[in-house]
Amino acid sequence: MSAGSIPSGNQIKDPGYPTSSENYLTNSKGALSWLLTLDHKRIGVMYLIGVMTAFFGAGLLALLIRLHLFRPEGAVFSGPEANNWYNQVFTLHGAIMVFLFIIPSIPAALGNFLVPVMLGAKDVAFPRLNLSSFYLWVAGALFFIAALLASRLDTGWTFYTPYSTTTDTSVILATSGAFILGFSSIFTGLNFIVTINTMRPPGMTWFRMPLFLWATYATSIIQVLATPVLGITLLLLIAEKVMHIGIFDPEFNGDPVTFQHFFWFYSHPAVYIMILPAFGVISDLISVHSHKRIFGYRFIAYSSIAIALLGFLVWGHHMFTSGMGPLTTIIFSALTFTVSVPSAIKVFNWLATMYKGSISLTTPMCFAISFIFLFTIGGLTGLHLGTLATDMHLHDTYFVVAHFHYVMVGGTLVAFLGALFHWWPKMFGKMYNETGGRISALVIFLGFNLTFLPQFVLGSRGMPRRYATYDPEFQTLHQVSTYGTLLLGVGLLISLVVLLRSLYKGERAPANPWGGATLEWQCTSPPPFYNFDRPPLVGDPYDFSDIFWDSENERYVTIEPDRKIAPVEQPEPVHAEGNH
Amino acid sequence: MSTIEAAAENAHDAHGHDHDHPSFLAHHFDTPEQQFDSGKLGIWLFLVTEILFFSGMFCAYAIFRMLRPDVFEGCSQFLNTKLGAINTGVLLFSSLTMAWAVRCSQTRQNKGLVAMLASTLSCAMIFLGVKAIEYSHKWEMGLLPAGLFTFDQNNPHPETDTHYLFYICLPFMFLLAGVVLWLIISLVRGNEFHVKCAKPLTVVAICFFVGIGLGMILESGDSSHSEEEGLEEEVMMAEAVELGNESVLQKISRDDTNSGAKSELIARARQSDTAGTSIVQEGQIISGAIVSVEEDVMTKRQAGVFFSIYYCMTGVHAIHILFGIGFLVWLLVRAVREDFNPQYFGPVDYVGLYWHLVDLIWIYLFPLLYLIR
Amino acid sequence: MSEHGQSKDGYDFAHPISIPLMLSVFGALLALTILTVAQASFDIGSLDIVIVMVIATIKAGLVMAFFMHLAYDKPFNVIVFLSSFAFVALFLIFTMGDSKLTSVDFEPKVDDEASEVSEVAVVDTLEQVAATESEQATVEMEETVTE
Ligand code: HEM
Ligand SMILES: [Cu+2]
Repeated sequence: MSAGSIPSGNQIKDPGYPTSSENYLTNSKGALSWLLTLDHKRIGVMYLIGVMTAFFGAGLLALLIRLHLFRPEGAVFSGPEANNWYNQVFTLHGAIMVFLFIIPSIPAALGNFLVPVMLGAKDVAFPRLNLSSFYLWVAGALFFIAALLASRLDTGWTFYTPYSTTTDTSVILATSGAFILGFSSIFTGLNFIVTINTMRPPGMTWFRMPLFLWATYATSIIQVLATPVLGITLLLLIAEKVMHIGIFDPEFNGDPVTFQHFFWFYSHPAVYIMILPAFGVISDLISVHSHKRIFGYRFIAYSSIAIALLGFLVWGHHMFTSGMGPLTTIIFSALTFTVSVPSAIKVFNWLATMYKGSISLTTPMCFAISFIFLFTIGGLTGLHLGTLATDMHLHDTYFVVAHFHYVMVGGTLVAFLGALFHWWPKMFGKMYNETGGRISALVIFLGFNLTFLPQFVLGSRGMPRRYATYDPEFQTLHQVSTYGTLLLGVGLLISLVVLLRSLYKGERAPANPWGGATLEWQCTSPPPFYNFDRPPLVGDPYDFSDIFWDSENERYVTIEPDRKIAPVEQPEPVHAEGNH
Repeated sequence: MSTIEAAAENAHDAHGHDHDHPSFLAHHFDTPEQQFDSGKLGIWLFLVTEILFFSGMFCAYAIFRMLRPDVFEGCSQFLNTKLGAINTGVLLFSSLTMAWAVRCSQTRQNKGLVAMLASTLSCAMIFLGVKAIEYSHKWEMGLLPAGLFTFDQNNPHPETDTHYLFYICLPFMFLLAGVVLWLIISLVRGNEFHVKCAKPLTVVAICFFVGIGLGMILESGDSSHSEEEGLEEEVMMAEAVELGNESVLQKISRDDTNSGAKSELIARARQSDTAGTSIVQEGQIISGAIVSVEEDVMTKRQAGVFFSIYYCMTGVHAIHILFGIGFLVWLLVRAVREDFNPQYFGPVDYVGLYWHLVDLIWIYLFPLLYLIR
Repeated sequence: MSEHGQSKDGYDFAHPISIPLMLSVFGALLALTILTVAQASFDIGSLDIVIVMVIATIKAGLVMAFFMHLAYDKPFNVIVFLSSFAFVALFLIFTMGDSKLTSVDFEPKVDDEASEVSEVAVVDTLEQVAATESEQATVEMEETVTE
């Protein structure tokens, strides 16, 4: 790509703007046309609203937790029930964030919108299944809200036995919710695998797929393979609670460590359900906003699959101190290190992509850069935790809390926001205020680090996680962390305001505001309900050479040399005697 | 490739066939084959999730069997091999008819398709009927998951006023009544389509009770024994204890039926064989017997866990059968409607694959639960 | 089975399986079922789990290959389905292996609460049992049993 004027003698390709009868947002009206829609884009938007609501709720709980920790003896909850309240709040925060927000955030909300469009397909392979998986998500969410109102769940998001089988809190409600959400996640993953396998239009080979699709594919593999194990684990846990089947409950000769094996067989791969789509997003964002071909396309693509598969080999690193056999711990520790290799490959490739690119510091790019920074910290601290000796000290401390918030918030959430800002014009056809967006990215970055960097220090000094009160020596760091949370909250609110304001005040978005080369930028913004009226022309998703900035209309356009109809090929007459 | 060329090519791709988009082809697919392949991959992936779902229970089974082989040996005797084997045969047969149904749908044999689906459904119902006998019998004996386990060696058949079998049968009775009513009404009204649906479904609903009958016959062959030998049972236990000698097991090991109450007999005798000098020549069992010097395995923390696993595995399997029945009924109605043809037989194939998987799981459950020696 | 032939692309993809093949697969399955049941009457010791699993796996293989058409299906579908077993194996091996390693420290709880006395009575309080009148019967029946 190059900035400036469009070379003359070329054809400009731009789809223009959709009419309101084409626009997927307006082509049919009424609440039912949304609630019963089979259009993957509308389902994606409904997911988006759903997960954002869940995020908002769980975020408020997080704020409550941090405010409580402002003082060593606890600042918010008081009285004899204070600790119980604290336990319930962090449980709901964790469970809602994990099951209702992070896991469906990028794959279900953005994935639903983007996968078919990026692929050049009309829809996902099973539109009805897609809608039903959305409603399963809603049903699961309702169960969680029921657990919230029953208000006594305090097992942590991991539901570890024996506590979960002995406590009389609403474990059954919450696990049923998680069970249902599991099905939602399985169906989404299954749908995407089939879509990517069988719905590719002519010309869309595997290696012409945008990296977001590779990442989604890898994520879907995990969703299909790991989630059923969570399903059966939760089912057995419910059975254990109802009739004491004696598999996990030590009271009946069950083994709680077995529960942990079952749980983490799902939940470690699940952390890759959270991060892989983020990797995909970042690969696309970095390349588009650096206006440079992605470096090491195949390495990034394969490393997604490698992470998905290796992710199944390391679950034991969550159980180093739970009483696993010594041999098992050593094996799991060694395997944990292998997983960091493909992750590192990606980080290097992103950096190499940015190198000598012409970087536009747009809002999505700001988020992408902070992702690289934060994820690197999160991933590297994972190695400290995967090392047996250090983990003995760090397990169940704030170091772990900081580690997974760096990867889940600094990684997935930041990538989610980056993706949202990147595809917002495509989804809703409006441009947001760029300055506002950048400020929010900066504030979020600062607030996040202020919140969680001190927690590494806290953890390595021995502050255990999941406690409502603490030793006064930790107070300063805890207070810094709480101030950070407030800043982070402000940053998130700015983002929200910037995005929502764009819906009313924003300028109309051109089809290609960033200069992307993937197929979704070839449709109008927002896309028509049928995506493509005929299978689109598939080119290289990271070839920006014929995308130019049209400064007159503030948009990027694809140009093509003016060509006449290609002449019918006349094969040279073959002269048989030439072979003599 | 220039735009123009490509456009022409695409146009050809999308509209090259004269019979474009028949009614059974969803709008977002180009050809029936693409639609079929998508569905097929989808169902295979779904089966993958099913296998991993069951793997959790197989894992629990494997761990517990590895750690407590003696409990498994003792408890497996309470499962009636005859009933298990019959059910295996029934499911295998249903798999055959299901595969045949797929064939019929591919070759446009609609009558055959309806017949095959109905036989598959009937087998499913027979399976459930036999299972109902097995379950109710165990519930009456108190052979329940660990937390509810109330089995008592001295009184293996306690008097209960809960008629478990009746409660299990109740929904199926309603089902049968409903289907018969449906048949009668549609006969009276002369609605051919409904008659065609209701007729095979009536047979299907009856088959549950055929299964019940089958189960009862096989079970009663044994339980009459168990009644008359009820006393003998205790005798033998006491004897085995007192004399600690070989005679009991010797006699029992000659008793080569390995099912029902006779197996219980063996089991109980073995468990209460405190002396531990079992004549069974085989090392493992002897060590098992030594373990049972200290403890009796027929308690809730031992046998109870076996039955937990038993109920979880067979219960989840039975739930899958129920879902399968739902899908098959849907297929049957569509088959009567003549929905399927060689270009659109996907649903039959997919349900078939699901059904075979359920069979596949039973193929493993049967030896793992019923045939432990 | 049937060849693709000169079929029109995307419209001819049904490959019905032949009836004799189905019937013979069913026959083989039944025979194997009878075999598993029959082998249970022989005491083959700890080998029996291996034997029943091998037989079950052969049966499963038959069902998969022919009833589920896996033998004629797309290679990708075969890989998808069979790979699930690899993940099951992974799960089982690690989890079972770890349980095995830690089982030495595991002391099973024994039921000995008062309410359970009746269950363990036979073993633990034999004298009491013997003292009851069933003792009489015991002696009598003992003779019948031992002939
Ligand atoms: C890059 C390589 C990574 C490594 C080596 C790694 C390693 C670890 C280890 C060893 C633990 C256990 C710490 C302990 O409990 O003592 C842990 C915890 C955790 N990690 Fe990671 N991790 C990595 C990436 C990620 C990613 C990408 C995510 C999520 C997006 C994630 C989410 C979590 C969570 C949620 C926990 C804590 C679970 C809990 O106990 O509640 N990790 N990680
Ligand atoms: Cu992990």
